[in-house]
Amino acid sequence: MSRSHRSVIPGFGLSLGLTLTYLSLIVLLPLSAAFIKTLGMSWDDFWTAVASPRVVASYRISFLASLAAASVNCVFGLVVAWVLVRYPFPGRRIVDALVDLPFALPTAVAGIALTALYAPNGWIGALVAPYGVKIAFTEIGIFIALTFIGLPFVVRTLQPIIEELEPEFEEASASLGANRWQTLRRVIFPQLVPALLTGFAMAFARALGEYGSVVFISGNMPMRTEITPLLIITKLEQYDYAGATAIAVVMLGASFLMLLVINLLQKWSRRHHAV
Amino acid sequence: MASAVSSLSRSAGSTTRPLATRDALWLRYTLTAVALGFLALFLVLPLVAVFAEAFRRGIGAYFAALNDPDGLHALKLTLLTAGLAVPANLVFGVAAAWCIAKFTFPGKSLLITLIDLPFAVSPVISGLIYVLLFGAQGWYGHYLDAEQPWLPGLQAWLIEQDFKIIFAVPGIVLATTFVTFPFIARELIPLMQTQGNDEEYAAITLGANGWQTFWKVTLPNIKWGLFYGVILCNARAMGEFGAVSVVSGHIRGETNTLPLHVEILYNEYQFVGAFAAASILALLALVTLVLKSLVEWAHARRHA
Amino acid sequence: MNFSHLPRLASAALAALALAGSAAAKSIELLNVSYDPTRELYVEYNAAFAAHWKTKTGDDVVVKQSHGGSGKQARSVIDGLRADVVTLALAGDIDAIAKNAGALPADWQTRFPHNSAPYTSTIVFLVRKGNPKGIKDWDDLVKPGVAIITPNPKTSGGARWNYLAAWEFAKRQLGSDDAAKAFVAKLYKNVPVLDSGARGATTTFVQRGIGDVFLSWENEAFLAVKEFGADQFEIVVPSLSILAEPPVAVVDKVAKRKGTAEVAKAYLEYLYSPEGQDLAGKHFYRPIDPAAAAKYASQFTKVELFTIDQAFGGWAKAQKAHFDDGGFFDQIYLKN
Repeated sequence: MSRSHRSVIPGFGLSLGLTLTYLSLIVLLPLSAAFIKTLGMSWDDFWTAVASPRVVASYRISFLASLAAASVNCVFGLVVAWVLVRYPFPGRRIVDALVDLPFALPTAVAGIALTALYAPNGWIGALVAPYGVKIAFTEIGIFIALTFIGLPFVVRTLQPIIEELEPEFEEASASLGANRWQTLRRVIFPQLVPALLTGFAMAFARALGEYGSVVFISGNMPMRTEITPLLIITKLEQYDYAGATAIAVVMLGASFLMLLVINLLQKWSRRHHAV
Repeated sequence: MASAVSSLSRSAGSTTRPLATRDALWLRYTLTAVALGFLALFLVLPLVAVFAEAFRRGIGAYFAALNDPDGLHALKLTLLTAGLAVPANLVFGVAAAWCIAKFTFPGKSLLITLIDLPFAVSPVISGLIYVLLFGAQGWYGHYLDAEQPWLPGLQAWLIEQDFKIIFAVPGIVLATTFVTFPFIARELIPLMQTQGNDEEYAAITLGANGWQTFWKVTLPNIKWGLFYGVILCNARAMGEFGAVSVVSGHIRGETNTLPLHVEILYNEYQFVGAFAAASILALLALVTLVLKSLVEWAHARRHA
Repeated sequence: MNFSHLPRLASAALAALALAGSAAAKSIELLNVSYDPTRELYVEYNAAFAAHWKTKTGDDVVVKQSHGGSGKQARSVIDGLRADVVTLALAGDIDAIAKNAGALPADWQTRFPHNSAPYTSTIVFLVRKGNPKGIKDWDDLVKPGVAIITPNPKTSGGARWNYLAAWEFAKRQLGSDDAAKAFVAKLYKNVPVLDSGARGATTTFVQRGIGDVFLSWENEAFLAVKEFGADQFEIVVPSLSILAEPPVAVVDKVAKRKGTAEVAKAYLEYLYSPEGQDLAGKHFYRPIDPAAAAKYASQFTKVELFTIDQAFGGWAKAQKAHFDDGGFFDQIYLKN
């Protein structure tokens, strides 16, 4: 992508213009409505809305559950992606297609189905209930819902990178006397780190904002299992538009920062690899 | 989300790999078992639960539950919404990928980040912002109520037409478009970046104009990625719940999409009906995924 | 599953379609925005009203329904949902529409008889068959080991009635607001799940098998017993409960714009007619009309009821003291 191509390939003005217009209309203008709404608040009101103990507790649970879910997805997502790319087994194509299920299944359906499974009288809930373990309506329930929705982000980010790994590196490593584990750890894993981080961040960002699947399974206890998006809805239903918008702005800020970091990370890793 | 398609052309060739890059048999089996176990627990089981609940009272009850005029209306609205949101995002996605992949310009990282933003925005917020914009207490509402509006003719026309945005179809389409905004663009950008500009460059050197280059050179190269993006975008558009829930108004037989209808049936203790409707959505999702696999399969064969 | 209403709805819709072209009869569409537990009542009532209006004026009325948590529904109307009439869980939510959207006058409650509440209800306990925890009254709820299901008072109208009933019981028993506060705090310590709406809470109790007792609208409790079987649940009526008056109102701003003011008013007035009152009783609401009340008296247990005006000085005061941000309800959870 050198600069000289700009003069040769046409359509820069048209495509950029279209992109910016559409982006502004569909994304930026509506989002700016949220920011403008909060401008009408005094700093004190804003601070009370976004830093009251109940709201802070919701940031904590949303953050921790999302972090746990994204981490678990990183581990298992890596295994899934590796197996799907490297190991042929019957039905692989079907399994591969299934990974996209959380993208396609409506979150409310996922929430209801997961609750039906993990409630104390559900298939899995009933298995663990005799040991005093509760899944639905606890933090674990939130974690499970968030793991469900985040999985494809990690797998789909890793898959193409694993497919593109050059076998020469592994061969070289092996011929230099490294055993397979050393090769995996020292040669392959470092190449996957940027993609893994991207997948992690995407799954994490998605989990932070998730609503539909979580409300059914979380139990919604204030200070304990009440997630931030639910608080926005709660405030909205108390006609506290400004308060709802203030929390939304905090979440938007967090999402934006996270995405910016991801994209810089990707840019950096591309450059890093190119050298 | 990165593109899974960009590497489709490489056939998965682990059987022909040299020994040095192959893992020990026990490791392969263990990892495969772990991966399949994890997927079974987190993906397959919820899917099975949906169908098990839907068929709990037998096939008769299942089909009786599906034969519900409000449900059919919800299905139609869902298809209409996807039918409007997906093409809009398709045109945008191609344009965005073109300018991002083919040109260098300042602020490109920022632009990509902004395109990604709807991925990371809570669906609740996506609904909220449209309420702030188009609600009766929002900008649009104030405009309609204004004494001395900007463009009085437009105001009069909108009032005369009784043009509703939220709690009506336009709001549902807008919220869905927002939520599914990045899917196609994010699929195409990495794909077109990997492919580079050489073929376009050659075409233009040989005298093709921009449109010819796009239709004859670029489009054939990206068509599978495009198709995959459309499929995913469509799946998400049909399944969106949180954002649509905020702007729908939940009027039975009027502004309920299928996911909202599931919730309503569930709240009416019609559990079989709820899960039957949910199974339709799950089936739509599965058909989508099968379609995607077919695309990949056809593509792999062509390149074999 | 109850599909009995579908053929009727379908035929009404077909009739509406068939007549749409002819100029003989007008075809009118109303939107009734209501709260969760009224679905079954209004499905039947809408058909009855359509028939009534047809014989009276020759016009066809199709009433569309929208249901959800009372607060959420009120918010949708404030944000522009075109409700001709609202039939919500508590006066406070319609007050909010009057205040935030100016869509109806502040004195809306005087426009229909009986504080604009055509039927009343109360809060009862739904327990599992045989009442294994022996729950008889409010003070059994704060015993250790009793799990209570009730929705979140911040988002559910029904839950606010629950909360206030418990508070008043404690205040009468224990004598002070402070003691009542401690009692209610203890009660909410026994709540394992706070759903956002009445229907969600019913599902948690009934389908998921969570909790020993469910604080419920009386009509919801009856409906749950009817839907899921008297062999699974039974209703316990406490010694004291609150008189819940779910109010109705015409949303003037919308009705005027749509030209439906007359039929919207008639729609709500018909709730007070013998037919409307009978349907209310049939769906386990307590009718205010003496004849219908007598007819259904046997299904309701006698219970001492107090009103929110007597005990709390009206909704506005109760809302501010208990449920607004930083109110008593928030303090319960902050102290943990």
